[in-house]
Amino acid sequence: MSPPLSPMNPAPPESVSSLDPRLLRLHPADNVLTAIATLEPGSSIRIDTDAISVRTKIPLGHKIAARFITRGERIIKYGAPIGSATADIPVGSHVHTHNLKSDYLPTYLREDQGRYFAEREEV
Amino acid sequence: MKGYLRSDGRKGIRNITAVVYLVECAHHVAREIVFPFHDRAVHLLGFPGCYPNAYASRMLRQLCTHPNVGAVLLLSLGCEGFNRAVLLEEIRASGRPADALVIQESGGTRRTIEEGRRWITSALEQVAQTPRVDLEPRDLIVGTICGGSDATSGITANPAVGRAFDLLVENGARVIFEETGELIGCEHIMASRASRPELGPELITCVEKAARYYTTMGHGSFAPGNAEGGLTTQEEKSMGAYSKSGNSPICGILKPGDVPAAPGLYLLDVVPDGEVRWGFPNISDVQEIGELIACGSHITLFTTGRGSVVGSAISPVIKICANPETYRRLSEDMDINAGRILEGRASLDDVGHEIYDLILQTAAGHPTASEALGHREFSLVYKSFEPLGPACLAG
Repeated sequence: MSPPLSPMNPAPPESVSSLDPRLLRLHPADNVLTAIATLEPGSSIRIDTDAISVRTKIPLGHKIAARFITRGERIIKYGAPIGSATADIPVGSHVHTHNLKSDYLPTYLREDQGRYFAEREEV
Repeated sequence: MKGYLRSDGRKGIRNITAVVYLVECAHHVAREIVFPFHDRAVHLLGFPGCYPNAYASRMLRQLCTHPNVGAVLLLSLGCEGFNRAVLLEEIRASGRPADALVIQESGGTRRTIEEGRRWITSALEQVAQTPRVDLEPRDLIVGTICGGSDATSGITANPAVGRAFDLLVENGARVIFEETGELIGCEHIMASRASRPELGPELITCVEKAARYYTTMGHGSFAPGNAEGGLTTQEEKSMGAYSKSGNSPICGILKPGDVPAAPGLYLLDVVPDGEVRWGFPNISDVQEIGELIACGSHITLFTTGRGSVVGSAISPVIKICANPETYRRLSEDMDINAGRILEGRASLDDVGHEIYDLILQTAAGHPTASEALGHREFSLVYKSFEPLGPACLAG
């Protein structure tokens, strides 16, 4: 397990010179960043020295990859693991239910409820 | 700041007359009794089940003798399992005006409603005589819950509540965080904050129990709206929720109805003990608020990113909105805009102090947004708990 973390002390949203001010890195060990403004497709974001074109809309609060993440790798936010990548994720891409799964409990969206009921053999 | 002095020495910040139905079959009559008093401090709560449940009995006992409550009218159909005589005796022993109406003995719906309204009119005059005494921050118990969370909750409102919790603890208050199902993934980090070595393993055990329970249910404490708001996994939601606890040492574990005796920070274990029997550990945020109040909370700090509007019977709810876009849509329902932090217009410390100041204003009588809008939600369904082990209690 990684050394003691401080999720109760996330970095205040201040702009870091190499990071786009619309993105927030909550902990130095994180491999994802949080959008603190909604990012529209086609807009450009800056991560370290890279300028990356946003491909899909990233709503406020959603995560993007801070670097290339390999399938199976742990996703780190707040300095803590929040699940595992289910696909390779290019830098700047949206990280969400399509490429990240919990290491504890499945995440069901509203449209997944049929699957949840079927898995429990409930009618 | 003045509070209402109860005969057991506890101090309340509200002077509520509670109307309590003891089975769903008495709910309508109880609601009709309360109806003409909707702009007075008369609140409706109750338990729908007909079959006996130790947890529900304890919850209603603690709520009916909560320091914010001045008088209680129980509503029974007459044949349900709830032992109304025992509850009535406990409330009367606490020095509060209390009575029970039994619909089967009172001549039915209309006569019981009339009798109940006469009783409330008289009770309101009696509770108005409750002595007022000085109230200090150290007299307060404050709970916290997050609901309708999104990915801004864990960055703004939750850590800001953590700052307010630290201030409350510094000032001698008792503070409670909860929902062990939303601490899955942070159990080891949390255990490192135990104030005594023997408490750490107990904190981990609580979360492991929650993980087992939710795994059996096959579904975490995770709503579709959480994902729409950018949260992807249970453990991501947990890391954000955990930050509400602040930085104080964790000095004990509570179960619903346990009132902390000493100042400090407590974890409320809300997941039932024993085999999985009663469905999801918490059917909604509302039941968790009721459990915090049953532990003596005078005020509940409710953080939300998606935008919950709920309040509560008995104790005021302070709404802290994490998301600036949500705040603009639902500002009348919110007390504090922690979303300013994301816009660079406030720091976590600024909002933490703002929450602390609003706690004191609320304790002094200032209505919160949900109180002013008439929110008085309440929910109580079956659960089972075993007593706390000795390592869980504050030393």
